[in-house]
This record gives sequence, C-alpha cells and structure tokens, in this order.
Amino acid sequence: MPIPVLMPALSPTMTEGTLAKWLKGEGDNVVSGDIIAEVETDKATMEIEAIEEGVLGRILIGEGTEGVAINTPIAVLLEEGEDVSATESFYGSVPTAALAAAELTPAPAPAVAPTLKANGARVIASPLARRMAEQAGLDLTGINGSGPRGRIVKRDIEAAITGDAVQAAAAPPPAAVMAAPARAPAGAAVTEQSNSGMRKVIAQRLLQSKQTIPHFYLTVDCEIDELLKIRKDLNGRSDGIKLSVNDFVVRTLALALRKVPEANVSWSDAATLFYNSVDVSVAVAVEGGLVTPVVRNADNKGLAQISIEMADFAARAREGKLVPEEYQGGSFSVSNLGMFGIKEFAAIINPPQAGILAVGAGEQRPVVKDGALSVATVMSCTLSADHRVMDGAVGARLLAAFKALIEDPLTMLL
Amino acid sequence: MADTSFDMVVVGGGPGGYVAAIRAAQLGFATAVVEGQHLGGICLNWGCIPTKALLRSAEVGHMLAELDEYGFSADNVSFDLKKVVARSREVAKRLSSGVAHLLKKNKVTVVDGHGSLAGKGKVAVGRDDKPVVILDAKHIILATGARPLSLSGLEPDGELIWTYKEAMVPETIPKSLLVVGSGAIGIEFASFYREFGAEVTVVEVLDRLLPVEDAEISAFAEKAFTERGMTIHTDATVNALDKKAGKVTATIVHGDGKREKQTYDCVILAIGITGNVENIGLGGSKVKVDHGHVVVDEWLRTGEPSVYAIGDLVGPPWLAHKASHEGVLCVEKIAGVEGLRPLDTSDIPGCTYCRPQVASVGLTEDAAKKAGHEVKVGRFPFMGNGKAIVLGESDGMVKTVFDAKTGELLGAHMVGADVSELIQGYVVAKRMEGTELDLMHSIFPHPTLSEMMHESVLDAYGRAIHI
Repeated sequence: MPIPVLMPALSPTMTEGTLAKWLKGEGDNVVSGDIIAEVETDKATMEIEAIEEGVLGRILIGEGTEGVAINTPIAVLLEEGEDVSATESFYGSVPTAALAAAELTPAPAPAVAPTLKANGARVIASPLARRMAEQAGLDLTGINGSGPRGRIVKRDIEAAITGDAVQAAAAPPPAAVMAAPARAPAGAAVTEQSNSGMRKVIAQRLLQSKQTIPHFYLTVDCEIDELLKIRKDLNGRSDGIKLSVNDFVVRTLALALRKVPEANVSWSDAATLFYNSVDVSVAVAVEGGLVTPVVRNADNKGLAQISIEMADFAARAREGKLVPEEYQGGSFSVSNLGMFGIKEFAAIINPPQAGILAVGAGEQRPVVKDGALSVATVMSCTLSADHRVMDGAVGARLLAAFKALIEDPLTMLL
Repeated sequence: MADTSFDMVVVGGGPGGYVAAIRAAQLGFATAVVEGQHLGGICLNWGCIPTKALLRSAEVGHMLAELDEYGFSADNVSFDLKKVVARSREVAKRLSSGVAHLLKKNKVTVVDGHGSLAGKGKVAVGRDDKPVVILDAKHIILATGARPLSLSGLEPDGELIWTYKEAMVPETIPKSLLVVGSGAIGIEFASFYREFGAEVTVVEVLDRLLPVEDAEISAFAEKAFTERGMTIHTDATVNALDKKAGKVTATIVHGDGKREKQTYDCVILAIGITGNVENIGLGGSKVKVDHGHVVVDEWLRTGEPSVYAIGDLVGPPWLAHKASHEGVLCVEKIAGVEGLRPLDTSDIPGCTYCRPQVASVGLTEDAAKKAGHEVKVGRFPFMGNGKAIVLGESDGMVKTVFDAKTGELLGAHMVGADVSELIQGYVVAKRMEGTELDLMHSIFPHPTLSEMMHESVLDAYGRAIHI
C-alpha cells in the first residue's frame, strides 16, 4: 500500500502551514530521517522529516501552497515494488478532505490541539475557551487559567483579548465592598496593543521566576584589556571570523561552570539536578521580546565555533526561524547589555535554571593597583543565583573562576 | 447555653442559612444558626416543598381524568382537600426535622430566637421581644429571606385575599379565583386550583405570562393554560379589591385603559417579594440597603466588615438553590478555598411546576440578541419524541440558544412534562463551557425525554434527525 505523507503539526499551536519548498523530488528514494520538505508556520520555518521509507511517488501539494491544514496528505511514498499508478487513489483525497472540513462549520479543533505547556504540563481549558482562543489566534500555553484547578475558561480568554491581566486568586482585600478593579482611567492617553504569545510567555515565566525563586546577586569587576588585545589580534588574522566580547563571555562562563559544577544545577523539590553538559542560553533581543538560543556543550567549543553559532542564531532569531530545540533547554544563561552602555544590572533567572550572568559594558575606569592609580577597561558582571540550590560561596567561586579566566584569556587555552 | 462564642453565626435557617452553616462546620468553623420559626425556612415549610406536594396531588388528579386512555376505568372518583393539604404539611414537617438532624450531625448549634446585629462581632438573640442571649461571632452571615410584597389597595387579609401562605392550606376550593401576578408562585397556584376545579383568572402587568421566560415559552404556556380553561389578562393591572358579602370585586385595568369589574370568591396576591431587612440591627451598621434588599459584592460581602448576606435577602432571582449556592460560596470564600468563581446569574436554572412545567437556564433568545450575540436557535417539539408519546405528554418544546460564532450555549428553555428534571443537563454543559459539539457528541439514552435536548441542539445547526 502506498503511504500518505501528512502535513505534520510542527508546533503546539500550528493548525496550518505553508509548504515552502520540496527538498526531494518525485522518484527520489527516501529513508526514515530524511528531510523531505520545508514548512513555514506561524512561528518559524521548519523541516519535515520522513518517518517511513520508500520512493517519493507523487507530490500532492506544490511548493508555495499556503494554508495547508495539518493532517492533509502532501505526498505519497511508494513501498518496494509499487509503481506510480498505485497513487491514483490519493488524488481524490485532497478535495475530499477540504470538502469535509467545509461541511463542519465552524472548523473542527485541530487534531493536535495545543495541549502541552512549555514545561510539559497539559493545558486544561474548557471547550468554549479552546474555540475562542483558536478564533482569536491566541496561544493557550501563555494564558493563566482562573477556573477550578487552573482550568482556562471563557473569562480568561476574554481577559487575554482585552489585555486585562487575570487577577490572581490572592487574598481578598480587607475592605468589604470593593471598588471596580483598577484599569487605565477613562480617557487616559494610552494605546492598547494586544499581547503576543511571546509577550505572554515572557510575562508568565518571569513572574513565576521572581515570585518563586529566592534570587541573590553577586557582582564582580573584570578587567578586559588583555581580552580586547587578543580579540583584536585574532580578528586581524582572519576575514571570516569577527569575535565579539560576548563570544568570549560565553566561552569563559562555560569553562567557569565546568570548573564549578555545583553552579551548573537546577532545583527540583525531589532532588538537586546536576547538569552533565554545559549548555549556555544566550538572551537575544528580537522584535517584541527576546529569545534564548542555546550554545550546547559550550565548554567544548572554540571561540570561532561559538561565534559562528551565535551569529547564525541571532540572524535566525530575528527572522523568527529558530526551532524549539534551539531555544529550549540550556543549563545557565547569559544576558549582555554592554552594547547599550549599561554599566551593570541584575537579570531575572530563566527557570528551571539556577543562574544568569548579567554583563555590562567594558569601560575605562580608574583602578588602584599596588597603591598607584591607573586606568583599565573594566566590565561589571552580576550573577543572579537561585539560593535554594546555590549558596553564596558557590556563586562567589563561579565568579572568581570567571574573572580569573576572562582577565587572563590565554589560560582559556589550557 | 454552654458556649456563646462562635467563628460563624448564621442569622436565618432557610435553604441559604442552613446550607451555609453546614458547609462552615465542614470547613472547621464553630458555627451557630439563629432561627426563630422553622428550620428549612419558607422553602421547606411554606414554599418550594409543600407547593410541590400540592401539585403532585394535582398531577394525580390529572392522571385520573385520563384513566380511560390507559385502559382503566373508575367510578365516583373524588378527593378530600383536607387530606391533600395534610399530606403537603406532613411532607414539609418531615423534611424540616431532617434539617434539624443534619445540623446536629454536623455539630452546628441551633439557637432558637430572632437574631439581629448588635455591634461589631455580636448577634443579639431575642424571643417574644425579650432578649435571650448575645452571641460573639468572627463572621456573621445574614440569611433572613424575604416576604411577599404588598401594594397599596392590594393588602392581604388572610380570609378572602391571600398570600402564598393561606393559599397553601385551603379549607375549600373557591369556585372562582383571581391570581394577581404570573411569576412562578402565581402560576403554580393557578395551575393547582384549576386542576381542582376552580375558575381561574390570572392578571399580569407585563405583556406576557411568566415574563422572565423566553417569549416563545411564555406563548406556549399561555396557550396551554387557556386550553385548560383559565382566563389570562396580560398587560393589565388590578388596582382595587373591594370586599362585600364574602366575595371580592376586583377592578382590572387593561393596557388600553379599559376597566372592568369582576367578582371572585377569593384572590391570591403573587406580585413579588421584598427582603426581610427590618429588625435585624442594620441601623447602626455599614450594611447598605437598596430597594428592600441588602447590597453585597460578588463575594456576598456587605459594607460592614465580617458581615455577609445571602439568598432572597440580597435580591433576585428568589430561588432556594441560588440561596444555597451563595451560602456555600460565601463560606468557602471566607475560608480561603481556592478556585472559586463568583455566581453568574445566567448559570442559575429556574423551574415552574405548573402543568405544563417550565424550566430554563441562561439567556432568552431576545436577551441574547440584546446582549449583541448573533444566535443560532434550535427547537424540538415533544410531538417528535417517542418517550413523550409513551407518557401521553406530547405537548411541549425544548429550545436552545447558541452564540453563532463561538458555539457557546447561551440559554435553554423548555416547556412540557418533567422538564424540571431535564434542565440540569444543560446547566452542567453550560457551566463547564461546553459548546454545541460537546452536546452533539454526547449520547442521550433512548427512549427518554432527554433525547429532545440532543435534537434541539442538532436543530440549531440544521441537523435534527427526528423532525
């Protein structure tokens, strides 16, 4: 029997996609794992992998077709010994599917409904809330439920649409008869912009972080004149590579974490989790928010490789083309606002991680050495750490290791 | 009394008060209920329950009138009104003692007397206008209920001009009866007395019978009552009642200004109710009263800290199940239970136990349109349902109203046999925010009246099978 290849749901919110490009042609052999096509979704461009093997007998949906619903047959694979005539029956399947969808008004919920939150928990929502979210183009994973056991109900969707935050079920105010909930005063000079899914996820996760993680902060000043000298030297040797200070920061942080593995951890109620690899999430500002692509095994990667990866991540992040595996996970974060001239700042931990390093601008400051005043390029770095799982001394050792490495970059070669 | 200090004192032992007290006790509050007349309140003693017992007798009477259809015959069928009333009183008494038992089982202290606020955290209890005891309370819930509204010129006298209370314990069936007001109370008495042979006239000030119901349901009910021989005057008022020689002459003013005088053996006033806000110590407190009802916020809090009010006392709909739900919600909020939602009146079902019965929940079709919804409306007649035919009850309809865009169930409206037992199906679906698909995908047992609930939903989307 020929095997239909269906439009996959490539993200929890995807209901349809654009078939951007076929990477295999009719008659090509396909083995499981081959990338056969590229699909653009609401979030990113993603690849379709073959699950079965065979010969790509017939392409049913041409390149550039928009609005292809998930589970629509897009191609047919032939098994050994079958020829193209066996695919005839699939010609009819596209219009039939479209007809069936048209009959069922309003459109049925997608077969793969958004049922998973970023942390893997199931999204609990009423049928009405699901449909309203779908119609409004809202991602349920970014919405807090106010119903029983956190169920997302109609009023949560209405609040999300109008931009009102759902009031947490906090202790009631002491006063008896309450005034209307505070909103922008009537006629106030504001322009409302509905919150994007990314905005909601940021709001939810950072609120959760600040409310549940006992942050503490350690700041260290690092002199980077040596680093700047080596960077200039290295950048002068190759046209292809332009190392940034941040590339050094990522590599240095990774090495420091390798030296102080007690800081490369996560808290869970059941146990402290020690990460076996050092995966550094790097905050990248994008239109309307930020994403954190992950440099995996950063302690085992050279500066050049980190630089290439970061340039690629940053470019694709701005185009919205990162795939979830590229920005999920990560054991520790770094956020650098030095390029904006920020002297120093304290960042909010990106849960479930236990630490984030906030990096300020390298600037010339007076320093006292051996009793004499001199000038050095100093970069202030502030560690935000989760005190449940990392104590002050551990954080201090991490920063000491970081400072030692970044001030004497040649030791990174050791 | 051993102890006069409580976490929770509930003033009034009706369906709001006693339920609140039991829930409070379950949550670990030391709780007392102050009740001076009868546990279970009006509902149990002079309202929902005894009227349903009377209407059960009316149903039996209706069956007897149609014995032949079912293959029986009987001669000299007669009734003894004393026994009909006695059964109703017996049912009420039995359930009232049941409430006493439930309170005892939950270790709620019952204080016999009239309760009123007496300063911060105090409830004074009196009996026969003499002070008995002062209770200390961390939280006080007022649940003193309501009483019939009386208008100038339409005062009850307890002999010829009745309220619900006299209407519930008649010594004879009047030959002719005027019912003023066609809400649930008026219509149920009209239905009862008609079944027992009275000539019944109903006067309603609004333009249709059962004015809170969907217009189609009202029209259906009006037609059914007219066929049962009742005289219905809508868009009309009664502005004078003159008693003479053991009869009452009513001046009925019609919408077009025409007046007519008609004489009746008896009149039942059912023109609405007003909260029992008097003599409960509100004077010195910050509790606000508006149009005869205590003002509360979404969590039943009054203007006075730690004083709450529930049920008929705080306003319509005047329904026992609304009072009970408010009692539980109020207590759970005080206890800090999580995941609570304020009461949404469109989730409160209402039932009227006349013949044919009427039951509904949510928005009427008109109200839904007024609220800006584009609607899809489904209807299914009893005539198309197997079980209805089997029961010999082929008159009635089930109507559903959906939001056309979201498929939200906005309202459901039914008239016909036993619909009061069906409506909760829609109540659950509505509360859980099911859409038309959830109802379409649910399986309704065959043969039952509930199949009409399914068909009505299908009809709203042009998919009904049996019509």
